[in-house]
Amino acid sequence: MFPIISKEILAPTISKFVIHAPLAGKKRKAGNFVIIRVIENGERIPLTIVDSNLAEGTITLIVQAIGKTTKLLCSMNAGDSILDVVGPLGNPTPIENHGSVACVGGGVGTAEMYPITKALKGAGNRVFSIIGGRSKDLVILEEEMRAYSDEVFITTDDGSYGQKGIVTDPLRQLLMNSQSGIKAVYAIGPLPMMKAVSNLTKEFGVHTLVSLNAIMVDGTGMCGGCRVTIDGKMKFACVDGPEFDGHQVDFDELILRNRSYLDFERMANEQLLKEMASSHEVAP
Amino acid sequence: MTVLNPLKPSERMKIPRQHSIEQLASDRVQGFTEVSFGVDEERAMIEATRCLECKNAVCVEGCPVGIDIRSFIQLILQKDYAGAVNKIREANYLPAICGRVCPQEEQCEAVCTLGKKHMPVAIGKLERFVADYEMEHNLFTPPVIAERRDEKVAIVGSGPAGLTCAAELAKMGYRVTIFEALHAVGGVLRYGIPEFRLPRKVLDLETDRIRGLGVEIQTNFLVGRTATIDEFFEEWGFSAVFLGTGAGTPNFMGIPGESLPGVYSANEFLTRVNLMKANKFPDFDTPIRMGSNVAVIGGGNTAMDAVRTAKRLGAERAILVYRRSRQEMPARQEEIHHAEEEGIELLLLTNPTRILGNENHTVTGMECQRMELGEPDESGRRKPVPVKGSEFVIPVQIVIEAVGQQPNPIIQATTPGLKTGKRGVVETNEKQGTSRLGVFAGGDLARGGATVILAMRDGKQAAVAIHEYIQSKLRVEENKVIVSTGAEVVGT
Ligand SMILES: Cc1cc2nc3c(=O)[nH]c(=O)nc-3n(C[C@H](O)[C@H](O)[C@H](O)COP(=O)(O)OP(=O)(O)OC[C@H]3O[C@@H](n4cnc5c(N)ncnc54)[C@H](O)[C@@H]3O)c2cc1C
Ligand SMILES: Cc1cc2nc3c(=O)[nH]c(=O)nc-3n(C[C@H](O)[C@H](O)[C@H](O)COP(=O)(O)OP(=O)(O)OC[C@H]3O[C@@H](n4cnc5c(N)ncnc54)[C@H](O)[C@@H]3O)c2cc1C
Ligand code: SF4
Ligand code: FES
Repeated sequence: MFPIISKEILAPTISKFVIHAPLAGKKRKAGNFVIIRVIENGERIPLTIVDSNLAEGTITLIVQAIGKTTKLLCSMNAGDSILDVVGPLGNPTPIENHGSVACVGGGVGTAEMYPITKALKGAGNRVFSIIGGRSKDLVILEEEMRAYSDEVFITTDDGSYGQKGIVTDPLRQLLMNSQSGIKAVYAIGPLPMMKAVSNLTKEFGVHTLVSLNAIMVDGTGMCGGCRVTIDGKMKFACVDGPEFDGHQVDFDELILRNRSYLDFERMANEQLLKEMASSHEVAP
Repeated sequence: MTVLNPLKPSERMKIPRQHSIEQLASDRVQGFTEVSFGVDEERAMIEATRCLECKNAVCVEGCPVGIDIRSFIQLILQKDYAGAVNKIREANYLPAICGRVCPQEEQCEAVCTLGKKHMPVAIGKLERFVADYEMEHNLFTPPVIAERRDEKVAIVGSGPAGLTCAAELAKMGYRVTIFEALHAVGGVLRYGIPEFRLPRKVLDLETDRIRGLGVEIQTNFLVGRTATIDEFFEEWGFSAVFLGTGAGTPNFMGIPGESLPGVYSANEFLTRVNLMKANKFPDFDTPIRMGSNVAVIGGGNTAMDAVRTAKRLGAERAILVYRRSRQEMPARQEEIHHAEEEGIELLLLTNPTRILGNENHTVTGMECQRMELGEPDESGRRKPVPVKGSEFVIPVQIVIEAVGQQPNPIIQATTPGLKTGKRGVVETNEKQGTSRLGVFAGGDLARGGATVILAMRDGKQAAVAIHEYIQSKLRVEENKVIVSTGAEVVGT
């Protein structure tokens, strides 16, 4: 059992959890993730290790409630426990001093971007960060990102905060501006966003690393469910990734694969809502 | 020894081999309950009387772990079923599992003297009978454990190799911890072999008995990532490590259409069902896609388990597509027979060339090619060659590939100096030692894919070697102590 030490609501659908999982936290590096199973009947899902505290034996996860498992987790509180946590999984992000880099986070992807941003700053890079969200509510970790960035750009689809538009707008400007001297781009967010970023940076010939959120089961290389096509070759996102060269990723294929279980997910979601509603009814 | 069996050999030979009692095929495909109920006491007794009690019991040599088969059969004749299973347990700590999944027809039963002219003794069925009898009647008595030792041994992976190595070392008194990446124990026995061949109740009981020996099992621990082998020695204080991480990484054919949703590796398909209970969705959260027509590619045990599972998930047509002929199929005869009873279609001498999808990117069919058998290849089996222009399409919505597996690369990549051969198979000597001092390996990791009993054999062998290794290291250290005290004496 892995107890939840604390919980903080970052946005209406996004919560931050500090969880006691000393083994997963001990060796984790930026880019690593864990696989968790919340309850006995639950699914195994991957979540990025956003931070860890060696002395306390904790890891930090930031979770967006989008389906049954993430909603269930987000309904839990400090004092509750998660059944299984295994990690750190995946390859750590290659961190080097490129000179200038851009770190692009979209939605909850900003949470996954944060440890990488921190590590890139630590390696001596000049860091330009771009945080995107659909609306003001979904722009997360602004303060945390500012602490490790030389400059931060914020975009919202509806213009409710920062610049109206999408993350590629400020990125294009940065790439066009020779003064920024961007040598590498790191992008994490929804697949269409990472695809757009990769298409843009390809025009400029700037190396781009993206983190692929393939559907996983074991996370140890045993099922092949997380297979993605990179430069025409099959790779397993959990052991060969999760980060890959954005210019080599077949995004369209992954977008399709990630829709494999839509009907099931809808059904599970409806069932959870029903359960939650009925548990409210019995509550005094 | 008193004569237990008054029958003359010629009379024994006349008794027909006893069959298992099996669930009707039409009933069993409705769910995941066990196909075979084994033999009952009466049949077991008849079967035991068939044994010739050979002076030179060749069956024992045919058994990879050397179970004293003749003796346990004699104990059955004395109705000492608990004694019989304990006799087995001296050599094999997982009798209820091996009685169900071992290919006895290729091992002990293949060499059984009675089999020369008649049908061999049904050794596997007797093994299962005594194990089940013990289970049903609560007769299990834990073995004696040697005095507790201080040395700690780490076992990586909780498949049959790891479980066996752990059990043997625990019985010798070592402090043993198994590290398992998944949340559940058993390796392929848990996520690969379906319940209808190996009920979870049996697996849970056998693994609980290993815990009962004092073995600690740490799940959710991916060795190489959570901690490395080097750290096991330097920080965790382990004296030796056994690697039993299996060969779990699935191969894919590399044909067009493989990335379509609806195409699975057999490992993923079986894991979703066996480990995650996708068959019980939405009571369990993990989903699985199904269709009315399912094609499974391959001819081994894995393919057979996948195709029979697909049938149980409701496929009207569950089709096994194999590129050679029936004779070359590596699956156990018994499994092929069971599959056919269940209405599984065998599409032999057929090789898939392409998986077809529609505009919604769901699988609609699989293009195949007819094959014919040519010259024998390096495996000694006749090599299949495509028949030109023989392409045809079978309409399917789900494709499952069971075309081989290889070792998971994480341990090899994170353990400097660990020598590997073809496809990441870890090299071992006859004592299961690897190129790294104090690191031993066995099972599918060292064989590239084999059987439960061979994995167990390696685990046992390694336990003996680990014991020798630790004891010789202790002797060296002891000598050092003597030398140093000697020096002190000289000094004063
Ligand atoms: C390496 C990696 C790191 C991730 N890090 C984070 C993170 O830090 N924070 C966060 O909020 N999310 C993260 N995700 C995404 C997260 O795993 C999914 O949101 C979650 O699995 C959805 O499950 P659900 O039951 O709530 O939703 P569902 O309704 O079941 O699914 C919603 C969508 O999530 C995806 N998904 C479903 N099941 C899985 C699965 N088993 N594995 C992966 N994706 C799945 C599918 O695309 C699906 O359409 C990460 C994914 C990966 C691969
Ligand atoms: C579907 C299927 C059906 C089969 N049917 C039969 C049969 O009927 N009869 C028969 O004799 N054989 C059968 N086999 C073969 C048999 O199951 C294997 O030969 C046997 O399980 C190998 O045992 P093992 O202990 O070497 O590894 P495995 O059983 O593969 O176990 C390895 C374990 O190690 C864990 N692991 C891997 N990497 C790590 C790591 N880095 N850290 C921690 N843990 C790790 C894995 O999660 C797994 O639990 C079948 C195989 C399959 C796939
Ligand atoms: S070889 Fe066959 S007949 Fe002889 S002892 Fe073994 S089981 Fe009995
Ligand atoms: S999640 Fe199973 S191989 Fe990657």
